[in-house]
Formats: sequence, structure tokens, C-alpha cells
Amino acid sequence: MAMADARAEDLGPAPGTDSRGRLLTSDGTPLRRALERSMRRRKLTALALVAPLLAFILIFFAFPIAQMMWRSVDNPQIVNALPRTLDALQDWDGTTIPDEPVFAALHADMMEDLDRARRQQTIGPLAVRLNYEISAARGAISRTSRAVPNFEAPFKDDFLDAHRLWGQPELWRVIKREGRPLTASYYVAALDREYDAEGNIVRRDENRRLYVPLFGRTLALSVAITVLTFALGFPIAYYLSTLPMRYANLLMIAVLLPFWTSLLVRTSAWIVLLQQQGVINTTLVTLGFIDDGNRLSLIYNQTGTIIAMTHILLPFMVLPLYSVMRTIPPTYMRAAKSLGATPWTAFRRVYFPQTLPGIGAGGVLVFIISIGYYITPALVGGQSGRMISNEIARHIQQSLNWGLAAALGTMLLIGVLILYWLFNRLVGSDSLKFG
Amino acid sequence: MAMPAYYTTKDKIWHYTFRVICYAIFFFLLAPILIMIPLSFNAQPFFTFTREMLTLNPDGYSLRWYRDFLGSDSWMRSIRNSFIIGIAATVVSTVLGTLAALGLSRAEMPAKGLIMGILISPMIVPLIISAAGMFFFFSSINIAQTYLGVVLAHAALGTPFVVITVTATLVGFDNSLTRAAANLGASPTRSFFKITMPLILPGVISGALFAFITSFDEIVVVLFVAGVEQRTIPREMWSGIREDISPTILAVATILVLISVALLTVVELLRRRGERLRGLTPQ
Repeated sequence: MAMADARAEDLGPAPGTDSRGRLLTSDGTPLRRALERSMRRRKLTALALVAPLLAFILIFFAFPIAQMMWRSVDNPQIVNALPRTLDALQDWDGTTIPDEPVFAALHADMMEDLDRARRQQTIGPLAVRLNYEISAARGAISRTSRAVPNFEAPFKDDFLDAHRLWGQPELWRVIKREGRPLTASYYVAALDREYDAEGNIVRRDENRRLYVPLFGRTLALSVAITVLTFALGFPIAYYLSTLPMRYANLLMIAVLLPFWTSLLVRTSAWIVLLQQQGVINTTLVTLGFIDDGNRLSLIYNQTGTIIAMTHILLPFMVLPLYSVMRTIPPTYMRAAKSLGATPWTAFRRVYFPQTLPGIGAGGVLVFIISIGYYITPALVGGQSGRMISNEIARHIQQSLNWGLAAALGTMLLIGVLILYWLFNRLVGSDSLKFG
Repeated sequence: MAMPAYYTTKDKIWHYTFRVICYAIFFFLLAPILIMIPLSFNAQPFFTFTREMLTLNPDGYSLRWYRDFLGSDSWMRSIRNSFIIGIAATVVSTVLGTLAALGLSRAEMPAKGLIMGILISPMIVPLIISAAGMFFFFSSINIAQTYLGVVLAHAALGTPFVVITVTATLVGFDNSLTRAAANLGASPTRSFFKITMPLILPGVISGALFAFITSFDEIVVVLFVAGVEQRTIPREMWSGIREDISPTILAVATILVLISVALLTVVELLRRRGERLRGLTPQ
């Protein structure tokens, strides 16, 4: 790099500077601009290195999730299938059976659909969509759409003959309410609420509330699992941190082996141990603690979920705790004791507060993982050990109510992201280490 | 934790009680995994120790579940699938992840926090949500139920581990080494392969191992995105557990435990090597 001494030169610019005394590089560009350019180039190189992965994650991970979340409000079915009917419903009062013009429009909409190519038909999606709101709707629509070519004006009576549902104002209220491109109805359902006859959102009857209790149970199970992993993880992390490195590394295998063992292996291990004919029950019967007739039901219920998940997530608690405890000098405790503190006071006032970052990291990590857990509850949870993830999977794979699955998933995702944000504030994501 | 001489009786009792508690917890961690190993040699189709096994009678033991496993087409196909998908996904995530980590470790990198957040998001988002999103998206672009789909999905899930481990390795990286190489006339590519790569290799390899194990152990995305042709070992175990649970599962589990022991050893050795190598450059 050209060195310049721009101090006391009276006779024109010094070599390496221009007429205003600015530093120049060897090819004559001002140094400041050359540095800026080189800085920009370095920035672009750094970006170019990151770009492939960023694009990959955005396309194959972020976009699919955004698209799924969009499903929770996307509502094209009724708008696409019944444009004329929705127009005709504009002036409907919402309490009686609609008049002839509405039925004529419905007839026109359905007739038009019959002419469309099979792939573009809108009546099928419409029937599915309405069925989410009124469970007889799919049957009503498919029966009507078969009969519709034979209808003659006035159409109202023909429709009412084809299916009694057309005579119920509730169906028409749903069509009018959901005849918009976006809907809140999946979230209304996901929060165990429904629309009443006046269109207000009200809570469902006690015995039809599903998802809020399930969210509550998921939270309760996650808290229980977090507390248990803490209760089990804290002593062994402390014990490991007091051992000389050599022994600590050896005993650490007991934590790392489960961590590295396949999730399904660990889950099946618990099935083997906990089932009615399994090792624990058989041992208890053999030892005479329980009768053969009343073996304990330890699995396919909440107990099974809690035991298996505590075991599976315990390493996630121990590892951050251990790495924090290793850094706490043992002299602090000795100092506290020499100043007259009892062991308990020294632990409570001096040692414990210093482990809080580790407790925060481990606790939030375990909580975040358990709140979205799917496999273990599905295999060992039975009915009472099910969590929200299992319900999301059921709606995607079996009931095919994808909008509701997306609404539940979005709520879960937002919860997890808030927790993660908290975690980051507490400890910083740098403390995530493995092994 | 040697016991100091001044301990009172109460201290001593506590000292030993605490140790007993700790070893009980270690037992809780290890026992479920280790107990499957003897049970997988059970001659009977039970999940508990038979009288013959307890009396160490050789008739109580057999290799029938291992024969079952080795003779089954679907299990063999699942092993092949697990390795094909795992290796392909690992290659994709290691290459992309290492490049990104190199970029992220540069001081000039703009919006570092935001980009890092996006890149490690596959690790944070609950798997069921990732799986659901990919299921819809991959179906819409016709790569659901193909190897390509599963590989891409697993690569996305594996990259955060590569990014994090390689970034961590680069924290201690001495940049004057590459500058010296450039000064001596090496092109950037050459100095990368000759100088940077050997130094960050332990980090890259352990990141790759994490990515591999992520794919090898992954089941939720496989349940949603893979078809019958792409069934992996965890997927086969899943149906084994759900449909008819037989001790073959235990034989598979034993083999998988051995594989994870091997991987754990490799990672530990790499970690030590990495520390030693980086310890050579005085800061």
C-alpha cells in the first residue's frame, strides 16, 4: 500500500496524494473510495457465500411453512363456487329461508359448474368446505348437484325437496358469512368457539371443547416434563461438575449415549419396560409387590408420555447446566462457608443464583422441544397423553381439515417462536452446543 | 469429590445419599437402553426376561430376531434408504452449511443476526409444523413421495447443525494465516483448500455427522413426505411398534445403539483433535 506523508509539502501535492491532499492508492484513485470499494466487494463475497443456503432454506423450509400458515385464513371455495348466489344473498335478512332469486342464482352456479372440466369443478371443494361448518353439508350438496339438471323454475321447491338442509337458515348464514376470500373460522374453531345465530362468536358447550383443553394439557405436560428434567438433571450436572475432568468425561457417556441413541429406540425401550407384560410389571409381580391381576398401567396414558419424554429430554437439560456449572469457581462456596454460612445457605445464596443461566437455557430448551413433540406421545401416549401435535397430524392425515390443522399449527408455531425469543434474550443462541 | 476430613456425620450421610441419588439417575438414563440388548437375544417372543434367560440357560437365548431382521426385505430396504437419504442430505447440508458459516464468520457480513436466525430456524420450528408445510409444498411441486423430496427436507433440517458447529470452529480461526497464504501467492481457492479447510475440518466433520444423524433418526418428516418406496429405518420401526411389536425391533435397536456408540466416539475424538489443533496457534 502506498504510504503518504501529507504533512509539510509546499511545492504541489506530495507523491501519493492529490491536489487537495487526499490519500491516493498506487493507481491514482482516492484511498477512501478504494477502501469503500474493497469493503463492498468483501461484503458481497460474504453474502455470496451465505446466499445458496439462505435461498435453499427460504425455498424449501420458510416458504412451505408460510404457505401452510396461509391455509389457516385462505377461503376461496365458496367465492369460487357460488358467485351469483353470494350476490343474491346480499339483501337476505339472515333469519328466514331465502327467496326464489337466491335459489335461481344457486341453480345457475351449480349448472355452470357441471359444464366445467372435472379438474376445475368447484362444487367438490365447496362441499368439503361447508362440511367443516355443518356436518351434513357434503351429503346435501352432492345429492343436490346430481339432481340439479332436472330442476325447473321456480327452483326453490326443487332444492327443498332435494335436501332438507336448503331449508335451514343456518346453512345460508354459513354461506353468506364464509363467502369471502379470507376467513377467521378456522381460528374460531381452534379456540373452541363458534358463531351463534346472530353471527357473534361464542364459546362452545363444555363437552364440545377440544382444542383449548388440549393446548392446556400440552402446556401442563411440558411444564411437568421440564420440572422433572430439572429435578433429575440438576443433581447429576452438579455431581459431574465437581468431578475431575477425566471421570466427568467418562460419566458424561451416560448422558450422551441416550442423547445419541435413536429416538424410536428410546421410545421402544420404554414400551418394553412399561407395558403390562413388560419388565417392570413382571418384576413387581415376581417380587410380590402387586398381584398378577392388577398390573400397573404405566403406558398408553399420560404417565407413559411423561416418563418417556423426561428420559428423552433429560440430556437437553443436563448439557447446558453442566457447561454453566463447570465455570463456577468452587472457591465461592468455600468462601461463603468460611464466612459462616450453613451449606444450605451457601448453596441457596451463592451457588444457585450462578446456575440460573444454565437453568434458563435448559428449561426453555426442554420446554420448547416438548411442546411440539409428536412421536413419543403418538406411540406411548394413548388417549390421555396426546398433545397438540398429534391433533395437527390427525387433521392433516385423517380428517383432512387442513385449514384447522394450519390454524392450530400457526398458534403452536407462534408460541414456540415467542419462547425462543425469550430464550435468546435470556442466554443467547450461542449457548446451543451439542455433545 | 473427595470427602474433606472435617465432615460431620450429618455431612457424610448427605454426601453418600447424594451420590446414591446421582447414580440412580444415571441408572435411569442408561438402563432402558442397555436392557434392550440382552432382551434382543430372547428365544421367546416376549419383552421380558424368561426363566431360562435368568438362569443363563443357553436355550433361553437365540439369534432368531437378528435372523428375522437380516432376512426381511422391508428392513433391508429401509437400511439402504436410510443410508442413501442420509448421505445425500448430509452432502447437501454440509456443503451449503460450511459455505454459509464461512460467510457468516466474516466481519463484513451484513444483517448477521437476522440471517443466522433464518438459517437455524429448522432446528427451532416444531417438526410437525415443518413436516406439514413440506407435505403441502412438496405435493404441489410433485416431489412428495420421491427420494429427492425426502433428501431436500432432511438437508434443510440438518443445515443448522453444520452452520453452528462450523461457525463455532471459525471463532478461534486465525485470519492472518490466510493472509499469509495470499501474501505468498496462493489464490483464494488454493488457500481455502490448503489452509482453511484442514483447520476447520474437525468442525465440518462433526457438523456433517450431526446432519447425518439428524436424517438417520428423523421420522416426522418421513411420515409426511416419504412414500412406501422411501421408508427409512425409523419409519419401519414406527410401523413395527404401531402394528405388531415383535422383538425384531429390539434387534434393530441394539444395532442402532452400537452405531450411535461408534458415532459418539468419532465426534469425541474429533472434538479433542480440533481443540489440540487450534491450541497450536497462540492467541
